[in-house]
Amino acid sequence: MLANLLASIPFTIMATGALVGIAASLLGTFLVLRQSSMLSDAISHSIVFGIIVVWLITKQQSGAVQIIGAALTGVLTVVLTEALAASRRVKYDAAIGLVFPVLFSIGVLLMNLYARDVHIDEHTVLLGEIGFVWLNTFDVGDLRIPRALVWMLVMTFVNALFVVGFYKELKLATFDAGLAKALGFAPLALFYGLLSLTSASAVAAFDSVGAVLFITFIIVPPAAAYLLTDRLWKMMVYGGLIALASSISGYYLAVAWNVSIGGMMAVMTGVFLVLAFLFGPRYGLLAQELKRYEQREANATRALAVHLYHHEGGPEQVEENVVSALRDHLRWNDSKVRHALARSLDDGLINRQGDALELTTKGRMVAKEIFEPWGSA
Amino acid sequence: MTTLITFLSDYTIQNVAMGAALLGISSGVLGCFAVLRQQSLLGDTLSHAALPGVCLGFMVAGSRQLGSILAGALVTGTLAALFILLLTRRSRLKTDASLGAALSIFFAIGTVLLTYIQGASNASQGGLNSFLFGQAAAILRSDLQVMAVITVLAVGLVALLWKELKLVTFDPVFAGSVGLPVVVLEVVMTVMIALAVVIGLQMVGVVLMAAMIIAPAVAARQWVNSLGSMVTLAAIIGAGGGITGALISATGRNLATGPLIILGISAFVVISLLFAPKRGMIWELVNHANTRHILRTQQVLTTLYELSEKHGNPDYPTEEGMLTSYYQTNMSRELARLGQEGFVVPSKHMPEEGTHWILTDQGQQEARRILASLNPQDTQDLSPQALKASHAR
Repeated sequence: MLANLLASIPFTIMATGALVGIAASLLGTFLVLRQSSMLSDAISHSIVFGIIVVWLITKQQSGAVQIIGAALTGVLTVVLTEALAASRRVKYDAAIGLVFPVLFSIGVLLMNLYARDVHIDEHTVLLGEIGFVWLNTFDVGDLRIPRALVWMLVMTFVNALFVVGFYKELKLATFDAGLAKALGFAPLALFYGLLSLTSASAVAAFDSVGAVLFITFIIVPPAAAYLLTDRLWKMMVYGGLIALASSISGYYLAVAWNVSIGGMMAVMTGVFLVLAFLFGPRYGLLAQELKRYEQREANATRALAVHLYHHEGGPEQVEENVVSALRDHLRWNDSKVRHALARSLDDGLINRQGDALELTTKGRMVAKEIFEPWGSA
Repeated sequence: MTTLITFLSDYTIQNVAMGAALLGISSGVLGCFAVLRQQSLLGDTLSHAALPGVCLGFMVAGSRQLGSILAGALVTGTLAALFILLLTRRSRLKTDASLGAALSIFFAIGTVLLTYIQGASNASQGGLNSFLFGQAAAILRSDLQVMAVITVLAVGLVALLWKELKLVTFDPVFAGSVGLPVVVLEVVMTVMIALAVVIGLQMVGVVLMAAMIIAPAVAARQWVNSLGSMVTLAAIIGAGGGITGALISATGRNLATGPLIILGISAFVVISLLFAPKRGMIWELVNHANTRHILRTQQVLTTLYELSEKHGNPDYPTEEGMLTSYYQTNMSRELARLGQEGFVVPSKHMPEEGTHWILTDQGQQEARRILASLNPQDTQDLSPQALKASHAR
């Protein structure tokens, strides 16, 4: 069964993509919430420097040394950025934009100079090729397992362990760093742990999706999940599911159109973000518009009830409590008058006799409630 | 010498140098506004977002024609900016997540289009790869004309809207209150960043354009304090770093141009951060050390004065070793300085116990002045008794 699955090229590709996405969105959730998303951009670029330096020293293109080297590079990037910002001569965002291009440039030049004939080149670094993960395999018993898949499995496991193990601490450090520090939880150490794992995952992922596309998996699924829920653990679960769905749909679309598989998977995460942005249940654009519309209608109904209540039983009732008064005195336009009347009739707040309007008992209650919210009636 | 002349008269070299100069000027000038408005990373996003535009331009034109490629890049860059605006204004995502999402999604679309082009037409797509990291050697004279037109346009726009852009950059609220169309001007500045990106695509590539926009502005900011001089200096630094990097790339062993240009300009940034007068870190270190030295000298002087007061002896010889143990650090440099200024003299008192120091009259006056300046309310009465009384309080 497992052997069959692993022999299937589409399965290995989709599984790798999904694991990249899940590993990334576990960490990305916290980066997005901490408003440090752009650090993942910096890290994914500067690991190029780490990869080539480790390669020059050990001649190993992937594996544990590379992953540890990357974690260190990630930390180096952040330390340099923070130091530059702490000098108060450069703002934080500019510091990010100064540090990673330098590390990236040195990395690319070292590749140009020393790694011409190896498979590391700036293209692989940026774009990766997930379509070839099945080429590089190793055997465990009878099973042929793609290397990238194994490493992503390891990283997903490590990230999940970190996030679950430090769930409470991470949550506190993310939402109230000051309190976390006061309680002795070392939010800074956690933050650096998070960033080290981010860069380690980036290296593990970069053979398959490349550095820049890895940023998509870090930021976009958690961002989409953030538009769907208010609960931290749900955000991670939704992020993982979006990553999974993007990998599968991305794979088939890429095959159908004969384009980059990793790229298409990343584009699909973007599609999910747009969907969440438009149709999210609470924070989606559509939901917001609906809520606003609903509120406007409710306000008009209440205003109508108040208007009728105010003039009820007075000498001006004949003149005020009629449909035309809404137009002339309240200056409502036709459509607003129509909507407010229809809704008030539906809700049983008013009775209408020809042009004259009259509050029902329920309508009187509503108006009273507004005038005397303390409820003297 | 002759090799240098041949080198400089080489057609490609001239092209490369001119391209780098144009790039440096435009991104230096336009980058200043981005950095001052704390929108540095917008440049990063817009440059990554240029990739799909490059591909679309190529697909529309059917060949590597710079005009349509740059137009495409400008369009997708602007779209990305709109996307960011929409996400930050109408969703709960913050700026960083919106920037990151726009950057990575647009770049992903770019890679998809890139592979689509590679799959569809197998011939002339070779030139497109150079837009990832820049390939200075691939620049043609006609490309330079396009770049020059855009540069003139962008810099002209800045000159024309100088006063307005300045106001919106430093005080957008005030700008709005005096009736400037702030939103329109902000859009103009965003488009300007996109323009700077577009000019640099061929030289630096989409990945590193971010630094090209940020670095010259940051370097220039360290030296000067007015917007006009900052913009000018940024243009000069941008052009200088650009030409240096591009020339090395054009002569070297097929080294990518973008990284070299970025390293060239980043070197300027490091130099500026370290050595710029007043703001430089070295300057600050020296200043700091000086101030500390002066403060400690004053401390030593007042300590000597208080000791002599305690002993009721203006010529009281204080042992240097005692000062050292009192301050937990060696004070011989400070004492030497006091000696030079004639505030103290070494005494012959018990030489086997180490050097002893005695205040001069001048030194006593100086010590009183310092103590009085610490208690400004007592400046009228400089007598030792009054000082002692104020000190005891």
